[in-house]
Amino acid sequence: MADEHNMRRVTAIKNGTVIDHIPSGQALKVLELLSLSGDTSVPVSLVMNVPSKKMGSKDIIKVEDRELTQSELDRLALVAPDSSIAIIRAYSVAEKLNVNLGEEVRNVVRCTFSNCITQNPREPLPHRLRVTKTDPLTLRCHYCQRPQDLDELIHNLL
Amino acid sequence: MKGLITMDDLTNDDIHSILADAERLLPVARGETYLPLLQGKILGNLFFEPSTRTRMSFETAMKRLGGDVVNLGDVKTSSVVKGETLFDTIQMVDGYTDIIAMRHPRQGAARYAQDAARVPILNGGDGAGHHPTQTMLDLFTIQQSHGTLEGLTVILAGDLRYGRTVHSLSHALVRFGCRLIFASPELLRMPAEIVEDLREHGADVTETEDLLGNINQADVVYMTRIQKERFADEDEYAKVAGAYKLHARDLDNAKSEMVILHPLPRVDEIHPSVDSTRHARYFEQAFNGVVARMALLCRLLNIEVPAEIAGGDA
Repeated sequence: MADEHNMRRVTAIKNGTVIDHIPSGQALKVLELLSLSGDTSVPVSLVMNVPSKKMGSKDIIKVEDRELTQSELDRLALVAPDSSIAIIRAYSVAEKLNVNLGEEVRNVVRCTFSNCITQNPREPLPHRLRVTKTDPLTLRCHYCQRPQDLDELIHNLL
Repeated sequence: MKGLITMDDLTNDDIHSILADAERLLPVARGETYLPLLQGKILGNLFFEPSTRTRMSFETAMKRLGGDVVNLGDVKTSSVVKGETLFDTIQMVDGYTDIIAMRHPRQGAARYAQDAARVPILNGGDGAGHHPTQTMLDLFTIQQSHGTLEGLTVILAGDLRYGRTVHSLSHALVRFGCRLIFASPELLRMPAEIVEDLREHGADVTETEDLLGNINQADVVYMTRIQKERFADEDEYAKVAGAYKLHARDLDNAKSEMVILHPLPRVDEIHPSVDSTRHARYFEQAFNGVVARMALLCRLLNIEVPAEIAGGDA
């Protein structure tokens, strides 16, 4: 009931993507991660800090008229690894997707270490961060092996 | 194993067998026997940063084994200064050579080069990252002195923050159950993520600012140079660096078999009075750079070192 009520805080969407179970306060980071923060072409609704049985409180994002792809959604794992995603078509859930960071984050973010070889933007090999732990999420650069600061990482999106 | 980028590329068995190869190659390294195992092979020396010992010992190792060497030369006059990427430089040298030894100021450069290359890369130092060929010669010298790598107490002293040799060596030593004592000024402590890594692997690690008070426990004291430029001013440097200098009189309570190593060059962290003590091993260590790199070159080029080598009983 609580979840249904939360969903109704903003109107149901006809077509698009709903991202639920985002940790409270992380929705703005998610928008940035999905490059939706500067995109004015699609309506986006945002609900923050609503009660959640599973999480205590959570954020929800609804993106209208756009179905996010699995590779776009996998970026979410950087800030919202337990989020659940629904693709909506004609007001009903057409598909449910899970976030999966896998073993490596490839060409999503640049290593945060200032003296890493990948800081030269002309070097052509892919940016690769290895997932060394999932809880809490710990990433290391494949090349320089430095552990990554997740708060800083969000500013290094490619 | 394709190249040698970090010590994680070698198992303990690999390390033992490469050190055994190095032991047998000693007469070749000394020039007592000529053994052209690497005849027809070319090493590319790519040193994007100054190096004396590492570059020269790679070159000597290759030539003692009958191989040849091409050098990048001075970075200031090479295509690097024109803005060539590391990727492109590697593509070129990859086509000219059978194996590449490289040093680069940026961390991760060696792994990057290995991903770009067909031939094996030997990491001769990447920023403050790793220096595994130095570690192999350090391990060789320790084994030569103590007959084993297992269970020793090793003090690593001086600049542990920026010193890549101590980073690689620490990782290797804990794999052999060594107890590590990190003695450094607060400013130059071993990076927290490395200490954490070592402890996660079950290592017995102590951090202290006191070098001289711990010397009596050590089987090995590994000294490094503290660079003036790491400090805000010269007074601060003088105050701190004095505590990380060894004089022969500091060794009175040392174990008789304790050995002192240093990756060199030293400035004044080891007083010349130490050179004539039974503890000094740093010049042998520098020589061992040749033999350890000979063994590594053979291993990465898949050339077997013969079980018996005439001319020397190492």
